[in-house]
Amino acid sequence: MAGKDPPWIMRTYSGHSTPKASNLLYRENLARGQTGLSVAFDLPTQTGYDADHPLARGEVGRTGVPVGHLDDLAELFAGIDLGRMNTSMTINATAAWLLALYVAVAEGQGVPAKALRGTTQNDIVKEYLSRGTYVFPPGPSLRLTVDTILFTVEHAPEWNPINISSYHLQEAGATPAQEVAYSLATAIAVLDEVRARGVNGEAFATVFGRLSFFVNAGMRFVEEMCKLRAFGELWDRIGKERYGVADPKLRRFRYGVQVNSLGLTEAQPENNLVRIALEMLGVTLSKGARARAIQLPAWNEALGLPRPWDQQLSLRTQQLLAYETDLLEYGDLFDGSPVVAAKTREIGEAAWAEVERVLERGGAMSAVESGYVKERLVASGARRVAAIESGEQVVVGVNRFTETAESPLMAGGAADAILRVDPAAEREQIERLAAFRRERDPSGVARALDALRAAAQGRENLVPVSIAAARAKVTTGEWAGALREVFGEYRAPTGVAGARVPELSGGFAPLRERVAELERKIGRRPKLLVGKPGLDGHSNGAEQIALFARDAGFEVVYEGIRLTPRELARTAADESVHVVGLSILSGAHVELTRDFITELAAREVKIPVVVGGIIPEADRGTLRALGVAAVYTPKDFQIARILTELCEIVERSAP
Amino acid sequence: MSRAADPSRVLARDPASVARAISMVEDRRPEAEAAAIELLRALAGSGRGASCQRVGVTGPPGVGKSTLASALIRSWRAGGRSVGVLAVDPSSPHSGGALLGDRARIELDPDDRDVFVRSMASGGQLGGLARAAGAVVEVLSAAFDVVLIETVGVGQSETDIEHVADSVLFVVQPASGDVLQFIKAGIVEIPDVVAVNKADLGAVALRAVAELQGALRLGAEARGLHQPPVLSTSASTGAGVEALRSALDAHFAALVQGGQLPAVRLAKSAAWATRLFAQRYGERGIEARGGVRAVRGALEIELARGATLFEALDGVAAQR
Repeated sequence: MAGKDPPWIMRTYSGHSTPKASNLLYRENLARGQTGLSVAFDLPTQTGYDADHPLARGEVGRTGVPVGHLDDLAELFAGIDLGRMNTSMTINATAAWLLALYVAVAEGQGVPAKALRGTTQNDIVKEYLSRGTYVFPPGPSLRLTVDTILFTVEHAPEWNPINISSYHLQEAGATPAQEVAYSLATAIAVLDEVRARGVNGEAFATVFGRLSFFVNAGMRFVEEMCKLRAFGELWDRIGKERYGVADPKLRRFRYGVQVNSLGLTEAQPENNLVRIALEMLGVTLSKGARARAIQLPAWNEALGLPRPWDQQLSLRTQQLLAYETDLLEYGDLFDGSPVVAAKTREIGEAAWAEVERVLERGGAMSAVESGYVKERLVASGARRVAAIESGEQVVVGVNRFTETAESPLMAGGAADAILRVDPAAEREQIERLAAFRRERDPSGVARALDALRAAAQGRENLVPVSIAAARAKVTTGEWAGALREVFGEYRAPTGVAGARVPELSGGFAPLRERVAELERKIGRRPKLLVGKPGLDGHSNGAEQIALFARDAGFEVVYEGIRLTPRELARTAADESVHVVGLSILSGAHVELTRDFITELAAREVKIPVVVGGIIPEADRGTLRALGVAAVYTPKDFQIARILTELCEIVERSAP
Repeated sequence: MSRAADPSRVLARDPASVARAISMVEDRRPEAEAAAIELLRALAGSGRGASCQRVGVTGPPGVGKSTLASALIRSWRAGGRSVGVLAVDPSSPHSGGALLGDRARIELDPDDRDVFVRSMASGGQLGGLARAAGAVVEVLSAAFDVVLIETVGVGQSETDIEHVADSVLFVVQPASGDVLQFIKAGIVEIPDVVAVNKADLGAVALRAVAELQGALRLGAEARGLHQPPVLSTSASTGAGVEALRSALDAHFAALVQGGQLPAVRLAKSAAWATRLFAQRYGERGIEARGGVRAVRGALEIELARGATLFEALDGVAAQR
């Protein structure tokens, strides 16, 4: 052994409240041995709204840091040398804009673009499918992605312009083969577009070499490891056969990872620390398929936002594996293993067959627009939910081994075991934005926005005009607003209506009888509105409830994500639904529920409301006081019980 | 929900009252029928439904019906006409439940009170329209200038929709096999207007238009009927939408000017009532009253006397 391999880049996905608070957090994390940064942005920044936009209400600084303009990003990285940092930004619809701000801030630090290292996630396909922070229709979105790629390849060659994410596909229900297939199909869509823009030969090979991936790793870590080996083999093959990339180095499968957050449990939350460590094995054990960068969630993520100490514990978990164990001293441990080879082949073949099905449907963008991919994911997700409900898939502490001793980690109550975002942060951010607007040159802003609009109407690369706009002090909302004018907005298919879900096992017969009995009593089939108010696009939970309620016999109205409380109240009233279920995972549940109930009252209708999401124990009482009939959290995995309770709620409120 | 809807507020398009009125006519409890009949009578008495233009939109899944419907709604709204929409989605044959997702595709200004969208499950095992659909259309007709009924064209719904609409718009897309299906299914006599959507597909769209025109001409000649116009549209770019709206308006205007509208509606209502009668009393119930033709005749007489749908059914059932 010539010595130890260098460890992967260690990051923690973080950011909250304000640029200032997040900057402090970043500097602390770096001091504790983190070797890169992973920026979490709030939902208004991700969907292109300023902090003072009505849709941003309750969401500012909630799921990440708000970045409304140049000064915000400069403050976020104050005292951090961007020439030496490796920064990953989870940003998609507005990726070109955040990259522009990053380049402009680096410029202010005296760092040229060519020295920048890091990643913009920039994968819109999985936003349509799972994560929900898309803005523009597929065509213009793909153009923005490719503009970013072509800009960085030329001006910031160390930057990873796109991190194609299978992570969120797994959260939406994807099997390992589906995860591989849809990510590769996305990569093909992007590369085909690059080629269509006239990039060929060596330049194209360089682009190919800059594409990287962002994957998920769950508890079945042997299978996950094989998934990554299969991923690498197929990527190599696509480079060689489809695009003729000759240099094997440029065909290497490069990926970063966040291990699975969805599987983390609210019950016995300390178990999650062990889950996180085991999941990390899947992406580190095999040298040939090892992650370039790892970020670990915290043990208490199912309860709410992690505190600095919780994030430190996750960082220590990485450091233990990299620095204390002997893992990095060996070559690949699994080359030549027939078991691993067979599993890898199985996943690779299934994935390739699915890639071909997507290509037959005109590629990733068409298969997303037609709803094909989404329907497949929703169906897989339903199978997983059913397997957990039936106990076929064991979740320790949830559907087995549920008896537990008192946890000292939770001694102060669940409310004490998480970070609370200061509600003053939103107001502070809005005031900061107003001050920023007051002090800039309005004519320069107008000129920059005109140039942006003109470029968008034409074919010019949008990154340079965006950098100019960043320097001219345009805001995030203004940048996205100008492009919304030119490109329009998009609503992705929900995938629920067309999803073919296998009939559920026996558990549903009594429930259907219950629903039929309720129908006789109230004269109509119970009608449920499943609503996703606000900017949160994590719709997997809402979709599963909608599907299972349909299978139980409910009539379910579901219109997709990002609706205002007012739009949802109108739907509830016009449709005369019997009960409304709001799903909110961003943490803005109190504000959005209050607004919804107020809007409902303004329409003179009384409809019971239940709320589901990552809802800290302390907010339960607040929601109940607003009149919410029931609150559901990740602990409530038994869908049949939830639906039975909905029947009772409908019956109680019915005449 | 429990309160009865005030007919005058329904006529004034108060959304809460319209919603409540629809729930009343959807209510299947026997004890709810009297209130529903009273409401429908009051609404019919206003005479407002007589001038309402009822348009049915149907076609195979995925052809862009909802987007096209959305564009039509905008066009009617731009002309100052109020629009009520009934969006019908299929019920699951296993659970009887349904996912009602169509309204998501209809873009609404949340503060525009002159558009109202209600979703409904098709209900029952027959496919087609739920039992209450006819009554819901009556409610909407009393409140809005235009009523648009949208169904997914599978099974019975193509034929059901003509019973509750004055004009039926059939939407297909080129190069999907829809055109062939359409011809094979023998439903060429139903549509009053045909739209080949996704006209941005160019040459394939033109071919589809030509094929459809051929099939419709043959069908129309064989039955001595007027041949429906075939238009190409693109819901995404808006191309052809104005022409389509004009064609629909023209079809309705012809019915009104020719004076046929009352007779056409009566015949359609009788056919719809006959289907409900068969659902409720079965083949035996029909045979006991002298067969389908006799039942339809009896229902038509009741309806012509001004009976509401439910009264007509009860009335004919009582004739033994």
